[in-house]
Amino acid sequence: MSHWITLPVVLPALVAAVIILLARYHVQIQRVLSVASSVALVVICAGLAWRASDGTVDVYTLGNWAAPFGIVLVADRLSTYMTLLLALLTLPVVLYAIGARWDERGRHLHALFQLQVMGVMGAFLTGDAFNLFVFFEILLIASYGLMVHAGGRARLRAGTQYVLYNLLGSTLFLFALGTIYAETGTLNMADLAGRIAAIPPGEDAGIRVAAVLLLMVFALKGAIAPLQFWLPGSYANAPGPVAAFFAIMTKVGAYAIIRAYTLFFPPYLDVTQGLHTVWLMPVALASIVIGMVGVLGAKRLDRLVAFSVVGSMGMVASAIAVFTETGIAAALYYIAHSTFATGLLFLTVDLVKRGLRHDDLSLNPRGPIPSEAAVAGLFFAGAIAMAGLPPLSGFIGKLLVLDASYASPLVWWVWAVVLGSSLVAVIGFSRAGSAVFWKSHELTGEAADHAAPATDPDDRPTRLELVSVGLLLAALVAITAAAGPMLRYMETTAAALMNPAPYIEAVMSSTGKDLSGGYDDTDPDTEEAE
Amino acid sequence: MEYLVASAIGVMTAAGTYLVLRLRTFPVIVGISLLTYAVNVFLFSSGRLTIGYPPVLMDGAENYADPLPQALVLTAIVISFGMTAVAVVIALAAYLAGDDDRINGIRGRGPDTARNEQDGDGTAS
Repeated sequence: MSHWITLPVVLPALVAAVIILLARYHVQIQRVLSVASSVALVVICAGLAWRASDGTVDVYTLGNWAAPFGIVLVADRLSTYMTLLLALLTLPVVLYAIGARWDERGRHLHALFQLQVMGVMGAFLTGDAFNLFVFFEILLIASYGLMVHAGGRARLRAGTQYVLYNLLGSTLFLFALGTIYAETGTLNMADLAGRIAAIPPGEDAGIRVAAVLLLMVFALKGAIAPLQFWLPGSYANAPGPVAAFFAIMTKVGAYAIIRAYTLFFPPYLDVTQGLHTVWLMPVALASIVIGMVGVLGAKRLDRLVAFSVVGSMGMVASAIAVFTETGIAAALYYIAHSTFATGLLFLTVDLVKRGLRHDDLSLNPRGPIPSEAAVAGLFFAGAIAMAGLPPLSGFIGKLLVLDASYASPLVWWVWAVVLGSSLVAVIGFSRAGSAVFWKSHELTGEAADHAAPATDPDDRPTRLELVSVGLLLAALVAITAAAGPMLRYMETTAAALMNPAPYIEAVMSSTGKDLSGGYDDTDPDTEEAE
Repeated sequence: MEYLVASAIGVMTAAGTYLVLRLRTFPVIVGISLLTYAVNVFLFSSGRLTIGYPPVLMDGAENYADPLPQALVLTAIVISFGMTAVAVVIALAAYLAGDDDRINGIRGRGPDTARNEQDGDGTAS
């Protein structure tokens, strides 16, 4: 049992508390702490991923209670991969927030970032379904604060929608968990796997309801149609670095679907028959279509990027819905790609917003923005990645999804939708890019006197901003260049997910206190605990 | 007792859903509170409804009241309480900033436009 597993959860929680209690009025100290914590998390998560890469499943029993009685943290390949992804996204986003001085436009940005990191890390690492709910709530309550950071009418309105939508989602999650507990009597994921498989076919109505409810909850988090309505408004109105950071939030939904529906609702059970092929695949394809219609129809640059996120979550879900090893491997690769591409695009949109010096991002030429070559280049790279053109990772990701879809009965639908949506994305992004970056020069030609204030040196992106956006681009290039080894790793991860026996064994054989030591009512420990 | 608890959950869920569909912040928040009450009772009953049984720690008892759902309900109550408080604050801020408590749509668009134009114009900024 290694105590390192708890660090990705404990470290950001402590840093957040220190920032709020001790460094409340000192932005510089907050920045140092926040960056230090983010760097440390990259190192820790890389170490955990290294430990798990040979197939070790690390189990940490919280409070030293043995598995079905206590809560466990589990670090297997999938969990450590997701935590590493989160750590790699957090660092550039925090650097960008510092470079763009977002942390001076409202209070507690760094503390909220750390709390959100804590929630997402916990959601990835926990091995208990109710604990997953609790970590979901932690990440949500931090995201509510981040969402309305720096205020503003449009942002508060979008924030209200976001909060209320997610409150309803949490209620649904609790209904699902209650049903699962009523049917099985446990909430430990590894324990659930055995108990759900043992439910006799005639008595599975309740657990079938729970499986569908849980899928709805995770689809809501992952913004998969028809539950994607919260995403475009909230992401488009959130502050730039926050929107970039939210790129990982939808992936939490995707992670939870992969975890739950390989571990305790595996596709070969009677209770999950039809869930993947009849429901998940069509709605995944529908979200790709909705995302791309949104990309074509969006009148603002930030909404366009937000709709492309819906489309890319649809891609992830359609790869998951195949539910074969190749499908899950493709989904995992696409998750990494989509996280970095979304982050890159939202940060670039924020640079554009700053350069224009107003929040009106409608797709009309507005005059040139400072350091346009760099910003336009970044947008171009992000658009290529998101649309899935070579040479960046989006192309490889879509290729993998198409390849995996052969196992699905809907294979030709997948091909038609994915290829068609790529074309639409290319059109949408090039239309937006040329309106914002090219046509603005034509405008300058007609009214040269208006161009003068736009070259104010204060509006140029700082070096730190460009570096942090560049880091995300570098991550995209890296997962493209290392696609071969990465894909092999994803395939071993997927193979381990499809055969969860070692995971279950590791969790259920964890040692610690259990109820076998007797439970007479004069036990002194119990009385002290009361 | 099963009928009483089940219908209580059902009625609260129905009322909560109706209020959420009103799409104005105050009814929606009340509706969400009702839904969380419903889910709390639901969680509570997920450990089976028992009367007069001892908690789990006792020798020689034939049956016992499941303590786990009680812990789950406690967690859920605390979380939903905090969440509702945050929702109220953000909704209040949005109302004060936008002078409109509608959750969906913009003033002048929506199903009940005509009535709201009448009583909304006086306070419009």
